[in-house]
Amino acid sequence: MTQSTPQTSTVARQGMLDHLVYVLRGNPVTLIAFVMFALILVAAVFGPSLVPYDPLASDSDHVLEAPSLQHWFGTDNLGRDVFSRVVVATRLDLTISVAAVALSFVIGSVLGAIAGYWGGVLDAMLNRILDTIMAFPLFVLAMGIVAALGNTIENIIYATAIINIPFYARLVRAEVNIRRDAGFVRAAKLSGNSDIRILATHIFPNTLPPMMVQVSLNLGWAILNAAGLSFIGLGVRPPTPEWGILVAEGANYIVSGEWWLALFPGLWLMIAVFTFNLLGDGLRDIVDPRKRT
Amino acid sequence: MPSRLKASLMRIAQAIPVVVGVVIISFLLTRALPGDPAVYFAGASADEASIAEVRESLGLDKPLIQQFFLYTGDLLQGNLGNSLSSGQPVLTDLAKRLPASLELTLTALILSCAIAIPLGVLAATRPGSMIDHICRVLVTAGVSLPTFFTGIVLIYVFYYLLGWAPSPLGRLDFIYISPDQVTGFYLIEAALAGDFEPWLGAVKQLILPATTLALFTLAPLARMTRAAMLTALGSDFIRTARAAGLSDGKILYGYAFRNAILPVITTLGMVFSFSLGANVLVEKVFAWPGIGSYAVEALVVSDYAAVQGFVLAMALLFVALNLVIDLAYTLIDPRIGFDAR
Amino acid sequence: MLTIKDLAVSFQARRGQVDAVKGITFDLGKGETLGIVGESGSGKSVTSYALMRILDAGGKIKAGDVTYSGVDLRNATESEMKDIRGSEISMIFQNPRAALNPIRKVGHQIEDVLRRHAKATNQNARQKAIEALKAVKIRDPEQRYEAYPFELSGGMCQRIVIAIALACDPRLLIADEPTTGLDITTQKSVMDLVSDLIRDRGMSAILITHDLGLAAQYCDRIIVMKDGKIVEAGDPLSLFHNPQHPYTRKLVDATPREGETIRSLLPEDMRVPLLPHKIEDEPLLQVINLTKTYQGKTGPVHAVKGISFDVKKGQSVGLVGESGCGKSTTSEMLVRLLDPTKGEILFNGESISDIPAQKFGKSALRRDIQMVFQDATDSLNPRHTARQTIADPLQRLGGLSGVALGARIEELATLVGLPHSLLDRFPHQLSGGQKARVGIARAVALEPKFLILDEPTAALDVSIQAIVLNLLADLRAKLGISYLFVSHDLHVVRLLCDHVIVMRGGQIVEQGPADDVMTNPKDPYTKELLSAAPKPPLRRVVTQP
Repeated sequence: MTQSTPQTSTVARQGMLDHLVYVLRGNPVTLIAFVMFALILVAAVFGPSLVPYDPLASDSDHVLEAPSLQHWFGTDNLGRDVFSRVVVATRLDLTISVAAVALSFVIGSVLGAIAGYWGGVLDAMLNRILDTIMAFPLFVLAMGIVAALGNTIENIIYATAIINIPFYARLVRAEVNIRRDAGFVRAAKLSGNSDIRILATHIFPNTLPPMMVQVSLNLGWAILNAAGLSFIGLGVRPPTPEWGILVAEGANYIVSGEWWLALFPGLWLMIAVFTFNLLGDGLRDIVDPRKRT
Repeated sequence: MPSRLKASLMRIAQAIPVVVGVVIISFLLTRALPGDPAVYFAGASADEASIAEVRESLGLDKPLIQQFFLYTGDLLQGNLGNSLSSGQPVLTDLAKRLPASLELTLTALILSCAIAIPLGVLAATRPGSMIDHICRVLVTAGVSLPTFFTGIVLIYVFYYLLGWAPSPLGRLDFIYISPDQVTGFYLIEAALAGDFEPWLGAVKQLILPATTLALFTLAPLARMTRAAMLTALGSDFIRTARAAGLSDGKILYGYAFRNAILPVITTLGMVFSFSLGANVLVEKVFAWPGIGSYAVEALVVSDYAAVQGFVLAMALLFVALNLVIDLAYTLIDPRIGFDAR
Repeated sequence: MLTIKDLAVSFQARRGQVDAVKGITFDLGKGETLGIVGESGSGKSVTSYALMRILDAGGKIKAGDVTYSGVDLRNATESEMKDIRGSEISMIFQNPRAALNPIRKVGHQIEDVLRRHAKATNQNARQKAIEALKAVKIRDPEQRYEAYPFELSGGMCQRIVIAIALACDPRLLIADEPTTGLDITTQKSVMDLVSDLIRDRGMSAILITHDLGLAAQYCDRIIVMKDGKIVEAGDPLSLFHNPQHPYTRKLVDATPREGETIRSLLPEDMRVPLLPHKIEDEPLLQVINLTKTYQGKTGPVHAVKGISFDVKKGQSVGLVGESGCGKSTTSEMLVRLLDPTKGEILFNGESISDIPAQKFGKSALRRDIQMVFQDATDSLNPRHTARQTIADPLQRLGGLSGVALGARIEELATLVGLPHSLLDRFPHQLSGGQKARVGIARAVALEPKFLILDEPTAALDVSIQAIVLNLLADLRAKLGISYLFVSHDLHVVRLLCDHVIVMRGGQIVEQGPADDVMTNPKDPYTKELLSAAPKPPLRRVVTQP
């Protein structure tokens, strides 16, 4: 942004903090979402050192035990502690989704901004490519990509990123396009700003509020996607704890009544996705100066 | 209207480059296999000679462009290669299993439209009411549901605990003889044959997987309906209609709903994309013998021709569905075909 | 016929209740046309929605009585109201295109109303709808019956809205800003149509508008509203000649009329003498055969068809025309955001049309040619404070930073009358007039020699317009800038400009000294424009400051 004197930037930072408090206080749902998000982050960062059992250690004396005080979420067919496995899996699932969304955010934003601002041939080409990607049912395309590139975690990330790029590219393209001829953009040209500078400092920051909603929805969707892929045996391999695999393993025992194997990882996964979905509106309010009073 | 016809033809023409793009991507996917694709296609028990043979028969020794044209030529003849596990041509396998997937997806979609659209309309007409809150919770919770997990919970509750549902294995209990394979849709076949028992049996098998899938697609549809209805109800022309004393029914359905349904139809394309993807997971959970579980089985044994055939088939199916949706849109919205679109 | 007593309306907002109308009382006689005039937020539209009982969700009549021909409208059941709406009381709205159902044929929309109020049967609905179209003087009514709103012009859409409103012969018509957003000649034909229909059918009417001049021309009596209250009521002549309330006086003063000066738009205590601006003989800007042709879908579109004119140093030139006349395209080319197809622009004798618009940002002349944009809200970056907005040209083209930058920003704020405490606010925290000041400060930051004013007051209330116009007049004298004032309103242009150019269909139809063009127009189109403008009563005692 523009260079400001030290005083004004302190004022701005103070304003940002006040604004954060104001947004959180004004909307209890957002507050809950942020608290849950913090818990998930704690589980991801400190999970492995907090859990009571080694997530990979089997124990033949305690096989398929129902939840108890010793094993909060019960144990699986090898006697492994389900709670420890679920908590430890947080880091992997979160890494996959954050990495995938970050990749698609950056690539999609750059492509979309260029297409939206300059239009013409670039725009037409980008639209063709996006149309082609979107012509696949996205989960199916992800399956195809992972199957073709090989069954690794990196490839799950790439596949998830590729199927998410069209959402960002189209959103940014549309948001940039409607502002391309806005009064403040023409004014910025008259003030001697170069096209790149106009795009970076005048137009792009204004696309952030809708982008934040998209980011938060996509994080949830990316987790679902990654878990879905490992549920059908792509990407993460057993015995690595991962939510999709945990549910897949538990599924075999559901018809014989051992419900805890599938239920807890599934619930945990659902809560994580739910949190990201709730987070969207709050994030938008935080990056939107118009919500400031 | 000739301009409308022109717009429809334009839309159909637009599908051609998309199909070309789909073929290019699926070609790249087949050739992107790590290592030597010939090794994969030759199978596990292949020796050097048979691998070389496969390489030649697949044209893998030729330049990439030439390979692409060979691939396209094969596609035009309906040749997707042979499945390693079944030994049958992939196309035959897919054709045999496709009706099961379609029956499941379409039932789920009809179910979710039947619930989501009235729910969205009710929520939009009574903002802040109980039904509005229910709608909002459902919408946020619905998109957070992992389909495979919902399916498992439903099986646990309705099969294991309550015993209402039959065992979640396939389309029809083995006590019934499968209806004749003409359309492949069991519900239609059984109904046509007048066999009530197998029809009921098929319905019972279908209910849980269809509900699972419907729960997943419910959320985006209900959200879009609610939002579109709110926008329509808040627009100026509704105020004109109210100021003219038109009846509530006319305003709600004749004016607001007809405008609101347009963005909902556009959303249907996205919903189809989600439900075709989720279909794979649901089929695995319920051992549903559709093309999704076919692909999953193929993945397990590294049967790549089958997987790539499946991806291509799904994409072409989706392109066709989108085309149908857009053509329907062209018929409903008079503004399409007008220059200032 | 209609009596409103102590009417109060409130809205449930997120932060408690907002009183939009705070106890107003008036009545309307049979055959009378009443004007309700006020600036944005005065509660004038809410009043009409309240009496029709079509308030938006959250709005509610808090107190008061509304009686129409003996019927208590406040306590009538919803179904009684439905029978009254459209058949006894009708309403027409601003933004006519949006007021029609976009995907229903206009003929069917008229039929809907006719059938609802049992004025037509399935057999004769079509014929009656076509009659209704004829009544609002639509040519080829049989063909128009089949049209969708998007196929019709704005003026045509407003005629359809009027046809819907009058289809069932109501006795009271409420017109809510019926001509806002329409061109001035369309405004006149729509208003004349409405007033003819009202007179012929012996109807009563309420005209809600922000334009005191328009109300004065068409209404028997005028109510002036401010902040949800009636401040004054009376017949147009006495309101203009002898306004009692200070607010009415301010509004009357700010309404541009014949025989006024730019200073007399302001309240009396602010009319300090105007500093003269010096016009030199030398041309600053010469436009020679300027042409712009776009490649449209159905062939080339000739937006500007070879126009030529000069702007002298220190001169203010007005460029007047209706929408689509090419005035905006012309100003975009002059400010070098758009490349002309043909022709030349000379600035101080030097050709600037040779430099492509893409590269002009790097030119040394960039700082000499600036622009004030039409919509102050749209022209400010919502994420930048007023300070950042004004700083932008100073940093990019002026090379200022640090203390010098801060000092210059504050100097500019003082120059345009923007309190320094507002500099750290975002656009949404500023009023319309304050945003206009920020936009002007940015435009004059580098002391340009030539400034294009693109309808800078079109989105503002008249009282703010008066202040902004005077600010521009002062700046011109202080900084010696030449203006090109682009506007649709000849009366506003005359106040600020020395020379006037009238454009139509991409061509100049007339140009000359402002007073000549206004008092003695040569071209029939200029005459039409002048006669289409509302004619408020003139000031009785002309006080020249």
